[in-house]
Amino acid sequence: MSNIIYMREDGVKPASADFEENWTLKKYQEELVIKVIKHDSSEMEFDIIGIFPALCNAFRRILISEVPTMAIEKVTMIQNKTIIPDEILAHRFGLIPLKANPRLFQYRMPGDLVGTDRDTLNYELKVKCVKNPHRRAGHYRLEDMYLNYEVLSKDIKWIPFGDQKLLYKEEDMGAIQDDIVIAKMRPGQELHVKLAAVKGIGKDHAKFSPVGTATYRLHPHIKLLDDVIDDQAERLKQCFSKDVIEVVNKSGHKIAQVKNTRIDMCSRNVHNEPQLKDKVEIGRIRDHYIFTIESVISSPPDELFRESVKIMKKKCAEALIELKNMTINVDVS
Amino acid sequence: MRIAEVAGDNQPNDTSKTFVFYDEGHTLGNALRFVIIKYPEVNFCGYTVPHPAEQKMHFRIQTNGIRAVDILQRGLEDLEKICEHTLKVFDEAVSDYKSKSSKEETEALS
Repeated sequence: MSNIIYMREDGVKPASADFEENWTLKKYQEELVIKVIKHDSSEMEFDIIGIFPALCNAFRRILISEVPTMAIEKVTMIQNKTIIPDEILAHRFGLIPLKANPRLFQYRMPGDLVGTDRDTLNYELKVKCVKNPHRRAGHYRLEDMYLNYEVLSKDIKWIPFGDQKLLYKEEDMGAIQDDIVIAKMRPGQELHVKLAAVKGIGKDHAKFSPVGTATYRLHPHIKLLDDVIDDQAERLKQCFSKDVIEVVNKSGHKIAQVKNTRIDMCSRNVHNEPQLKDKVEIGRIRDHYIFTIESVISSPPDELFRESVKIMKKKCAEALIELKNMTINVDVS
Repeated sequence: MRIAEVAGDNQPNDTSKTFVFYDEGHTLGNALRFVIIKYPEVNFCGYTVPHPAEQKMHFRIQTNGIRAVDILQRGLEDLEKICEHTLKVFDEAVSDYKSKSSKEETEALS
């Protein structure tokens, strides 16, 4: 019984079928292993061993399109003298990631144009570019010649709405990065807009997606079946990604060893080497998933993954309730 | 979420049914299919999103005697348990990692 998908020269040999056929809930609960490899405030990599692909993919899909975030949705242009058209500018505002925690807010009711303090964050931006009155002769850098020649995300000011002033602090509400360039201006140009941010999900618009990427891949498997020495060892090393194979000196010979399979790209270059291709076995481990999440909002990635699992659970719970209430709904379309 | 049944399955005992999940897609469909297809009582289980512009997912179950609705219910309950367990294991893994890295940090400082 093998749990490795072999990548042979002539094609892919799938893992043995009984591996999947014997799946039960109990076995899943006993065998699931999660190991965190790398984790900081914005990126996370962890191994899930023993999960099935449909579930892993469900979590990835939910992370990208169903975990809610806050983003600017309505832009009121009061004055726009920049060279960027209104609609392009409005789109750029939408894409700016905000610090606000989406769990503290509700979805805005459809059709509501103003919103309430529970579902809307208001912002204002007012910038005017002028010539620098204190410019010194011979200074030609933009920052010396003009004031406010760039509109940056830090210029967006939060306007508390209703009770929000009592509940939130200003530093928790602005844009995550201070230095996102929204527009560039020259003296005489100005920009004055009012912005409203709402809660939404990536399915509606990609600006609501909380992740830069959420991906998974199978753990590579590389095994040397025979000793590979000297020149051949160096050649073998070249066939894989950097640091996957190492060459060590042993009793006067250079011998190839597998060092780190994890980082391999699974390129199958080794099949181009007639002397090497039969000495090495390459493939992937069928139930060992390497999951990577990159968060672009203020929540850390582990929080986002938890959220995605909870959303999946909620889907099931809602369907169960619906099933219990279901008398006879017949879809005739 | 709303669930309905597709008309036309009028065989006795309700062992074969197509359910329609509104506002759902591949995310729930494929995961649920994987869970249900493993049950020995199930002869066939499949799902389809009939049209990408319609927020609808058709889910077909055929069993060898049990009511299809019961199988669907069991599948959803199991999937819920799976999520619960995944969450538990994930929480443990993250707290493990955090305690390990904070230990390393204090060791590096001392």
